[in-house]
Amino acid sequence: MSAGDTAWVLVSAALVMLMTPALGFFYGGMVRKKNVLSVLMKAFITLAVISLQWVIIGYSLSFGEGGKFIGGFQHFMLNGVGQEGSNYASNIPGLAFMIFQAMFAIITPALIFGAFVERIKFSSFLLFTVLWSTFIYDPVCHWVWGKGGWLGAMGALDFAGGTVVHINAGIAALVTALVIGKRKNTGTLGPIPHNMPFTVLGAGLLWFGWFGFNAGSALGANGLAANAFVVTNTAAAAAALTWAVIEWFYSGKPTVLGTVSGAVAGLVAITPASGFVDVTGAIIIGAAVAGVCFVAVSIVKGIFKYDDSLDAFGVHGVGGMVGALLTGVLANPAVNALGTGTMFGNPKQFMIQLISVVATMAYSFVGTFVIFKLIDLTMGVRIKEKDENIGVDLSEHNERAYTLIE
Amino acid sequence: MKLIIAIIQPYRLEEVKQALYKKDINLMTVSEVLGHGRQMGVNEVYRGIRETGNLLRKLRLEIAVNDKFVEPAVEAIVAGAKTGETGDGKIFILPLEECVRIRTEEKGTKAIG
Repeated sequence: MSAGDTAWVLVSAALVMLMTPALGFFYGGMVRKKNVLSVLMKAFITLAVISLQWVIIGYSLSFGEGGKFIGGFQHFMLNGVGQEGSNYASNIPGLAFMIFQAMFAIITPALIFGAFVERIKFSSFLLFTVLWSTFIYDPVCHWVWGKGGWLGAMGALDFAGGTVVHINAGIAALVTALVIGKRKNTGTLGPIPHNMPFTVLGAGLLWFGWFGFNAGSALGANGLAANAFVVTNTAAAAAALTWAVIEWFYSGKPTVLGTVSGAVAGLVAITPASGFVDVTGAIIIGAAVAGVCFVAVSIVKGIFKYDDSLDAFGVHGVGGMVGALLTGVLANPAVNALGTGTMFGNPKQFMIQLISVVATMAYSFVGTFVIFKLIDLTMGVRIKEKDENIGVDLSEHNERAYTLIE
Repeated sequence: MKLIIAIIQPYRLEEVKQALYKKDINLMTVSEVLGHGRQMGVNEVYRGIRETGNLLRKLRLEIAVNDKFVEPAVEAIVAGAKTGETGDGKIFILPLEECVRIRTEEKGTKAIG
């Protein structure tokens, strides 16, 4: 047991916790003002609901030592998870590992709602979040990180959640956007963001929290954590700059939304790689993901005409894929002996990464479709058109964010 | 009595106010409005997607004056707001039937100034 390691993991858990309300601001600034509170609410209530789901059953299903595909019920209500070290990290209390992982379980379903904001019933959203976490997040988390999970056993590299968190949530976002349909009255491709400073604030806090996300995943206050911290910052910087430059050429001006979107895409893509690549790898990943995600949100989305409102798929799904695959190419064994990529003489790693990406995409796609469709058929997911016109803040929560009169 | 409504560029407000004060016109109501004239607004780009024809921010001044102040007011607004560029705005002059000062209940030309 190490006091230093425990301190770092607990602080990291707190850093990651902040990312969920930060995501609320990142997303909230991009919607119309009649819907901003509902977005902040979705982030906040997810923090509440999944905190409970995780300690009751989620942790057990994810990290319980079960089969290849799912954990078990042995840690129901955190039974057996205590102040002593665990099989996952003997240097820190089992409870510290559990709460660090809880924050990942919370932000992952929160990422998805960027796809269907401004038109979903709150009750259906809540049920979806709980079911999705239990039946999609928890199994995939077990596959990659749980003892006995099949992707982890195969050697898939996912340091801090590129596959488990970002691809998983990104694909779910695409599915939900397709099933729920487009928003009404949004112009050709979507409404204009109502408060860009919120979005920039949210992106800044996400970048800050991401140090806990990635460097905390070292599960210790050590050199690997420092490497993860440095490459996380480097990739985000490279991606933000690249996106801004691409826009400069493509549409004449570097935009703020583009620059912060680039930073988030860079953070997404470095996540699986952060414990395996050096700064050269980080710069390559950051530059590459900015280009790919830009094409995804500015061109591909326009061609297929799905309404992924806030680009949850375009940034997180696509960014996660880029990161997971490039991890297989750029993993440097000098950084971490557990990972050797194609560039360093291990061509097999890329194939393993590809399998883990495709398996996660397939499971998330089918599973999310079934869950979302079931909810739609039983209680309906979409609010009435009249309520959508009024705005979800008033129609679902009886509140509004801004008033004109005192 | 006339009601003068002027649509001006937001950044010209200070100059217009100073010009009005010089002509002894001290009362006005200012509101933020959106609109566009022949230049057809501005383009905005979000994540590479262009939104065309968005409305521009303008200020709307409402000034109620007695007849002898109409010309000086118009001159002051033009002096303060004119840049010679597209989008400088417009001035509308409307007849004004009645005016009541709420505090004293005075009416008409006495109430206006």
